Amino acid sequence: MQIHDNPALKAEARNLNFYYGEAKALKGINMPIYDKKVTALIGPSGCGKSTYLRSFNRMHDLYPGNRYEGEIRFFPDNTNLLSPEVDPIEVRMRVGMVFQKPNPFPKSIFENVAYGLRVRGENNKRVLDDKVESALRGAAIWEEVKDRLNELASNLSGGQQQRLCIARALATDPELLLFDEPTSALDPIATAAIEELVHELKKRVTILIVTHNMQQAARVSDYTAYMFLGEMIEFGKTDEIFIKPKDKRTEDYITGRMG
Amino acid sequence: MNSQAMSANNPSELPVVSDRLARNALRNVSERLIEALLLSAAAVSVLTTVGIVYVLVSESIHFFQQVSIVDFLTDTQWTPLFDDAHFGIMVLVSGTVVSSVVALAVAVPMGTIIAIYLSEFANSRVREIAKPILELLGGIPTIVFGYFALLVVTPILQVIFPELPGFSLLSAGLVMGIMIVPYIASLSEDAMRAVPMSLREGAYAMGSTRLYTALHVVVPAAFSGLAASYILAISRAVGETMILAVAAGMQPNLTWNPMEPAATITSYIVQVALGDLPHGSIGYLTIFAAGLTLLLITLVFNILGQWLRAKFRENY
Repeated sequence: MQIHDNPALKAEARNLNFYYGEAKALKGINMPIYDKKVTALIGPSGCGKSTYLRSFNRMHDLYPGNRYEGEIRFFPDNTNLLSPEVDPIEVRMRVGMVFQKPNPFPKSIFENVAYGLRVRGENNKRVLDDKVESALRGAAIWEEVKDRLNELASNLSGGQQQRLCIARALATDPELLLFDEPTSALDPIATAAIEELVHELKKRVTILIVTHNMQQAARVSDYTAYMFLGEMIEFGKTDEIFIKPKDKRTEDYITGRMG
Repeated sequence: MNSQAMSANNPSELPVVSDRLARNALRNVSERLIEALLLSAAAVSVLTTVGIVYVLVSESIHFFQQVSIVDFLTDTQWTPLFDDAHFGIMVLVSGTVVSSVVALAVAVPMGTIIAIYLSEFANSRVREIAKPILELLGGIPTIVFGYFALLVVTPILQVIFPELPGFSLLSAGLVMGIMIVPYIASLSEDAMRAVPMSLREGAYAMGSTRLYTALHVVVPAAFSGLAASYILAISRAVGETMILAVAAGMQPNLTWNPMEPAATITSYIVQVALGDLPHGSIGYLTIFAAGLTLLLITLVFNILGQWLRAKFRENY
């Protein structure tokens, strides 16, 4: 795969610290997120990769006692996503997220995908129909559900539910899509489908993905960041990270000597 | 397998094994004993229910030997103690229905709103203080609510509606609604808090506000629990006695107007049970016919509640 040397920046973490109450979970993270690329976050459990990911859509604001320091700059408008003046709802309107466990809403398949559009005030039936269809196509699940759009989403299989959740996130045209271990609850076939989808999606959206599975990181990502104990140990092109990591700790993790 | 091999290898330990068998036998006996004890405890409540149903049904059969079911269901007068006796249960049912509807019109919206606030908006400190106080409200004796209705709420309502009589279904129903609020709020809040956080996070991640998340994701997900709490509330309202006996007046009155006084099934039973009717007289038997009607109404709602619960149960 050809990677341009200087892709455009979509976001950049600048000296990002994060605290759960007193506990410092992220320590001075600096990292670029390149536009229309897939960036994978790897590292052992508890290293802070999910914490880092959830900073991008201000999920930590939902719980009391959490605190950010530093910036996540979002381009092209150079907004600091973490600024207290920036409304977290505005942030979430631009940054979509897919969770570890599929979490479809207790609604029909159609209404699940239309959810974000309705939140944004869209109630025109034709617009909703169009966008729901194109989101479901984008998530490679249209053929499977087009005849049962009014069925409850909970009737779908786990892999289908996860693709539905991707469609739900896609429907609102996010600029950045966050994946938090999206395949950890899925079987290998459903996992392969999601990975292929991620590959397809990067043509239209920037993707940041947390994964426990190193092969997955190697397969789907253009850039990889290795995190350990809340620190960003190494960031680089995926090929380089996996073939010749610069840091001993990265090498130990990748080769399975740790974690 | 291991212990078998060991005992075969150590014949000297065999007596020990038989000792243990003896203890096992003793343990089996005590297990059985405990099981029987637990079963009899469970049986007491089941048998009580069966006994109640038996008494209601058998006495009602005597009643219906003297009064036809058609009259019972269609007559528009309820005058069992008059010389010209009529037995139209709809007279009492109307009072029960009207007062319950008034109560639910207060309790369902208020209870649900409180539950949404406590579960989705209040911080943990507020919740820890507010919930016990709310549940305390459910512990107030209903006779106190009854006098509250009669002596406080009715006069206030009479300021707004000067034509309101001293006893009315409206006043009793409103206070009954306040009494039921804690049941709905507490059960609904439990149901909403049981909705997994991942579902809320999914909704917030789509850019929803708290209110939108609460109304469009949490409430539908908790719907079976909410429905169960509403059904319980209906059963409470239909079965409530003292508030209505004190504040709604006790004269049988076929009406759908909450501004009028009326007897309900329960307040009629209280009234007659307190009098000195001869055992076996038709007036005495009406208690059982009315009681059976009440039981059937609550049974229908309980079955409806079970059905709603099963139909809308969410598998997270």
